[in-house]
Amino acid sequence: MKRVPKPVFFIVSILIVVITLLSLFGFKTTYGDKETVYIRGGNDIRWGIDIRGGVDVTFTPPEGVEATESQMDAAKEVINSRLVSLNITDSEVYVDYNKYRIIVRFPWKEGETDFDPQAAIEELGDTAVLTFREGKETDSTGAPSGVTAENIIIDGEDVKEAYPYYNKDENSYGVSLELNDSGKAAFAEATTRLSKENGVISIWMDDNMISYPSVNTPITDGKCQITGNFTAEEATSLANKINSGALPFKLVAENYSTINPTMGLGARDVMLTAGAIAFMLVCIYMIVFFRLPGVVSVFALMGQVACSIAAISGFFGFMSSFTLTLPGIAGVILGVGMGVDANVITFTRIKEEVCSGKSIDGAITIGYSRAFSAILDGNLTTIIIAIILMGSFGPTDSLFAKMLHPVFFMFGASTAGTIYSFGYTLLVGCILNFVFGVTASRLMLQSLSRYKFLRKPYLYGGVKK
Amino acid sequence: MSYDREKVAAVVQPPKGIKLPGFDVVGSRKIFYAISGGLLALALIVSIVFGVKIDIKFTGGTIATYSYTGEIDEAEFEKTVEDVTGHDVTVSGSKDLMTGNNTFTVNFTEAVALDVEEQTAMNDAIDEAFPDNKIETVNVNSVSPTMGTDFLLKCLVAVSFASVVMVIYVGLRFRKIGGVKAGVCALLALFHDLCMVYATFVFFRMPLDDNFMSIMLVILGYSVNDTIVIYDRVRENEALYRNAKLTPSELVNLSINQSLSRCLHTSATTIFSMIVVLVMALINGVDSIVTFTLPLIIGLISGTYSTICIACPTWVAWLESGAKKSKKRG
Repeated sequence: MKRVPKPVFFIVSILIVVITLLSLFGFKTTYGDKETVYIRGGNDIRWGIDIRGGVDVTFTPPEGVEATESQMDAAKEVINSRLVSLNITDSEVYVDYNKYRIIVRFPWKEGETDFDPQAAIEELGDTAVLTFREGKETDSTGAPSGVTAENIIIDGEDVKEAYPYYNKDENSYGVSLELNDSGKAAFAEATTRLSKENGVISIWMDDNMISYPSVNTPITDGKCQITGNFTAEEATSLANKINSGALPFKLVAENYSTINPTMGLGARDVMLTAGAIAFMLVCIYMIVFFRLPGVVSVFALMGQVACSIAAISGFFGFMSSFTLTLPGIAGVILGVGMGVDANVITFTRIKEEVCSGKSIDGAITIGYSRAFSAILDGNLTTIIIAIILMGSFGPTDSLFAKMLHPVFFMFGASTAGTIYSFGYTLLVGCILNFVFGVTASRLMLQSLSRYKFLRKPYLYGGVKK
Repeated sequence: MSYDREKVAAVVQPPKGIKLPGFDVVGSRKIFYAISGGLLALALIVSIVFGVKIDIKFTGGTIATYSYTGEIDEAEFEKTVEDVTGHDVTVSGSKDLMTGNNTFTVNFTEAVALDVEEQTAMNDAIDEAFPDNKIETVNVNSVSPTMGTDFLLKCLVAVSFASVVMVIYVGLRFRKIGGVKAGVCALLALFHDLCMVYATFVFFRMPLDDNFMSIMLVILGYSVNDTIVIYDRVRENEALYRNAKLTPSELVNLSINQSLSRCLHTSATTIFSMIVVLVMALINGVDSIVTFTLPLIIGLISGTYSTICIACPTWVAWLESGAKKSKKRG
């Protein structure tokens, strides 16, 4: 077997320390007032609303209303644009097509004191007002003014359907619009007049302008195309927004919970302090009982914790971060606990081999290889469980959810997205176990054992001579 | 159940510095069954006699918490809420140790999900009735009964599906040593641990809520991992001492005794870490973490105990009864 060179210990351990520092404190540069985040630190973690407070609502159409899939998409689009106009950017919106539910979660904004969650929930679920207006004159707040405010050509009730289409010849996307009989006459009149002067018809949802196509030809049959430099997504989004104006129902909040921010954040701080103390105690315990391997395990566990944090915060500035909830923290704890277990299993095996008279090199090699099958099976079963949890309690469009659809077809997206967070942190923890608990730990111990003064059996749990 | 301590000691001689206790865990299994059975029966009796508190997350309903300053009469507060909503409520007062505020928790006795308008009306009425007490809404939770049951069902399906997959996995990986039987026994131990977590909630009169679900999940992972580590040792010993013709009971006892030090170290580190968290939470008065860590600690202890004292002995009993039957037939 190839021997692990001496410096490997220092390379691996320094690497782990660097990753730990980066994942805790991040790396940012400030140029003027513009801050660029290269590496996200622990402070950039997005805490779930069960920790920092916020609102969790489930909307449904009122009782007795049969909604179609495209209507649900349209409703989602309404909620999204309302969230933006409420200045809430950090939100999650899921649609559950089986049960006709829309789940919305958003946290309190930093420093928010007099936010009225009830009012926000009511506003989100309200019927959208869609209007087609002449021109695109706006005042300073972005609301319609002048002729645009006065002349509403048609509104949402006049729209029959809008859908995105793809034009093969021009390789472009557009939105096809079809009107009801009620709107045809007004639209024909307006387009005939505006096409002469190359005018514009703006499309509004509530008080937000969502599009302002210019009129090229008179449209008399109530069918037209809106073209522009749309991407596929933009075209779909615009079609959904227009459809939302034709939505015949308002959404009702079936479930909701609002959590005050002071409650959860206090709990978080206590948990983090306790976690730090517990981690130090575990390190002392490992060194006292396992001596040299114990020292190695301190680095391995440090790497495990650091990478768990990195996996949650997203680490690199360009990656999106994951929402950490209380069960998510429980997942991290379990992952680290299993990491300790992996080290313990290996070190007790090494001790057995050393005591039975094997050479240090032989004992380390046999110890890791014998312990590996236990670690593999234990972690793989846990990984399976984590994947099942992620699939059953995560967003409906995730890969795992699609895989497990045959099992959970009769359930919709669950309100307990918090369990998804548990599955994710546990999955990451188990994978990291292989990286740190097995590979990194073995490399470090093997390279340390090359030093002569570290080749005493006592240091590996053997009997003192 | 043949367990010959001398025979095992003759086959396996532990080197100097390694202790190999000769506990006959498999033979003592009736004692363990009695202990676990007794505890679980007690939990059952307590839950029947005193009832089980189930959080509105599963049953549906509304809970609202308000913080206030100064003094408010509980009965008066209750009447204000009942007048405006038209539902029976119970109000319980407490003090939030972290913020130092007094709080009232309003619990609707029937499973009604207040809609947003009713909620706003309730807040307004309370503000009007007690204008000098700086009333603030701490949190509101409103769940419709259908969604509550839905969530519960989904949890059950998820856990059952995970269990089936686990038995199949263990069955494949440990097929040399009676894999499916081993898988079912691991499942039995898991079920035992989940029941113990449930029992803790019942004994301490804590409502089954989100915390309950998270703990069940943690124990699900921990218990299975713990059991598999011992199975792995059995698998290894089976190959190692094939020529010594050890009975299943001897083989499993040997493996348990060899793994004892690993079990102690792992449990000690995980359980003491959790005790640190529990103590910190108690000092700071964070109830939500206390109700999280306490059952978790019980679950972790149970996870280690059930592997050694429930899963392994039951598995041996099953293997040996199978062997007897095939002997009779043959």
